[in-house]
Amino acid sequence: MKKIIVALAFLALPTLALAAGGEGYPLQVAPIDLHNKASLQKGARLFVNYCMGCHSLEHQRYNRMARDIGLTDEQVKDNLIFTGAKIGDLMKNSMSKSDAKQWFGVVPPDLTLIARSRGVDYLYNYLQTFYLDPTRPFGVNNAVFPNAGMPHVLWELQGWQKPVYEVRKDKAGHETKTFKGFEIVQPGSMSPPEFKEAMVDLVNFMAYVSEPIQLKRQSIGIWVVLFLFLASIVFYLLKKEYWKDVH
Amino acid sequence: MANTQGTTGLLGWIDERFPLTKSIREHLTEYYAPKNFNFWYFFGSLALLVLVNQILTGIWLTMNYKPSAADAFASVEYIMRDVEWGWLIRYMHSTGASAFFVMVYLHMYRALIYGSYKKPRELIWIFGVVIFLCLMAEAFMGYLLPWGQMSYWGAQVIINLFSAIPVIGPDLSIWIRGDYVVSDATLNRFFSLHVIALPLVLLGLVVAHILALHEVGSNNPDGVEIKKLKNDKGIPLDGIPFHPYYTVKDLVGVMVFLLFFCVIIFFAPEMGGYFLEHPNFDPADPLKTPPHIAPVWYFTPFYAMLRAVPSFAGTQVWGVLVMGAAIVILFFLPWLDRSPVKSIRYRGFSFKLSLAVFVVSFLVLGYLGALPTTPGRTQLAQICTILYFGFFFVLPILPAFEKTKPVPERVTWK
Repeated sequence: MKKIIVALAFLALPTLALAAGGEGYPLQVAPIDLHNKASLQKGARLFVNYCMGCHSLEHQRYNRMARDIGLTDEQVKDNLIFTGAKIGDLMKNSMSKSDAKQWFGVVPPDLTLIARSRGVDYLYNYLQTFYLDPTRPFGVNNAVFPNAGMPHVLWELQGWQKPVYEVRKDKAGHETKTFKGFEIVQPGSMSPPEFKEAMVDLVNFMAYVSEPIQLKRQSIGIWVVLFLFLASIVFYLLKKEYWKDVH
Repeated sequence: MANTQGTTGLLGWIDERFPLTKSIREHLTEYYAPKNFNFWYFFGSLALLVLVNQILTGIWLTMNYKPSAADAFASVEYIMRDVEWGWLIRYMHSTGASAFFVMVYLHMYRALIYGSYKKPRELIWIFGVVIFLCLMAEAFMGYLLPWGQMSYWGAQVIINLFSAIPVIGPDLSIWIRGDYVVSDATLNRFFSLHVIALPLVLLGLVVAHILALHEVGSNNPDGVEIKKLKNDKGIPLDGIPFHPYYTVKDLVGVMVFLLFFCVIIFFAPEMGGYFLEHPNFDPADPLKTPPHIAPVWYFTPFYAMLRAVPSFAGTQVWGVLVMGAAIVILFFLPWLDRSPVKSIRYRGFSFKLSLAVFVVSFLVLGYLGALPTTPGRTQLAQICTILYFGFFFVLPILPAFEKTKPVPERVTWK
């Protein structure tokens, strides 16, 4: 047996060498907290005000959202529904797909599950890294998703920023540019820390929407696992009792 | 009136007309299994448990799922959000798919280390390999149903493999899809095959697998035939009735399995993108090919072999053939392994080393199959593919120089 383990260990070595590697813009971790109802509510407000004109949440219902993030149906009806939808309706928008295709070149995707397909860190960084780029149709580019088709919708909150590069010349005179960070060119209505905080709320809300059951799932799971743990012990003792006769 | 089983009353009435008590005795209370089963013997019954889980959760998913390209993706989210406990049923099914392969791979590994495929158990092994094949088809077709990006493009890639077959290939792949690309027609037929055709076959094969097992009796970690030594009542000396001894023992296995299973369901249903792949949360888009198409983890060893084989003589068919051969060769295992010794406990170092190399190359292939290719990785996959097949070529010649240990008369116990 020892020989096998040693042989396995040696043969596993090449896999370690393959485990390295990375790509693209380094993502900051999104410090979201799904238990924070205030943050989820602020995120919902940002979403319906800034995102929903183009991006639907077509698998999510308004009243489910209300219940889960701690709002009443009335509060949602009065503050978060702009489309004339009923409280039990799916959170769709009124932009037609053919119009969208003409205006943006691509149909803005439904965002119900975007936090599950791209991950919250991706969204958190994507939303904060729009920068001025006159070569693009909407005058902005994005560091996380280069050549994104989306305009900088949150400009009035964040303001406009441009990338700062450190330029180095080597002996042959070739210039190398390294990205150092962003610099605000024109401030928005929020300070940078406020905007960051707002994006935490927005991403938090999108993480919730991507799987509304997740908090409940975990709280049920604790009891299920506890039960199974105890049941394992009981069944183990039962087995031991029966197997006393086996000699 | 007494019958052959000696039962009376209602049970007696039934037993005169139907082999109820007889079957229970033959397969449970008087089926004598070796008493020295160890950890590796849990996975057969657990695979059966997962099969039942898949069938039951599948029935309830089918009640709310819509097999059409327009509605499939949304209906899965409807199950996740609007159907009472739908999320749990769906996660039990999606996690069950992966759990099924975990159980089956471990079950097959058990057969490898204890020589359970050897005479007289060749047919059990063959039924088992057919089950494995059937399970792969079942999983592949089920994976199309959520109609996400990976569902779509995974199916596209795999069905396109058939078009590499000379002459009939292109027509064959159109025939499988029912269209020129994976489409609504493909989804519909895969749904049909996934929910009824393949499960029927699977159930029949499982019954055959178990009947064949009960005909010859179970192998054990010592690879000793317990039927050789019986007491005056004709009961094997090292045998114990399956019920109650192994039913209570398997129940412990069931509880521990469910513990792990539920930890995944309730706390990590995506399993880091291995059980539910992240791109599959984007709906299928026939116009947008994902940058990296990876099959689910249980197919990756075979996928790595497929990619490792270079095209030759103007055709890609060799990779497809190698991938197919990797499974077909399993059927010949009982005749390739010519050693009279069954269990690894009494086999020589050369066998242990061959098996270790085989297992590691399979694992490395599985790891590589999930990653995008680079020249280095392709080379490593080629080496591992050769090592994988090497195992089957080494087996027939092993007995020539393998130093086996003497096999005991009776099973070793405690």
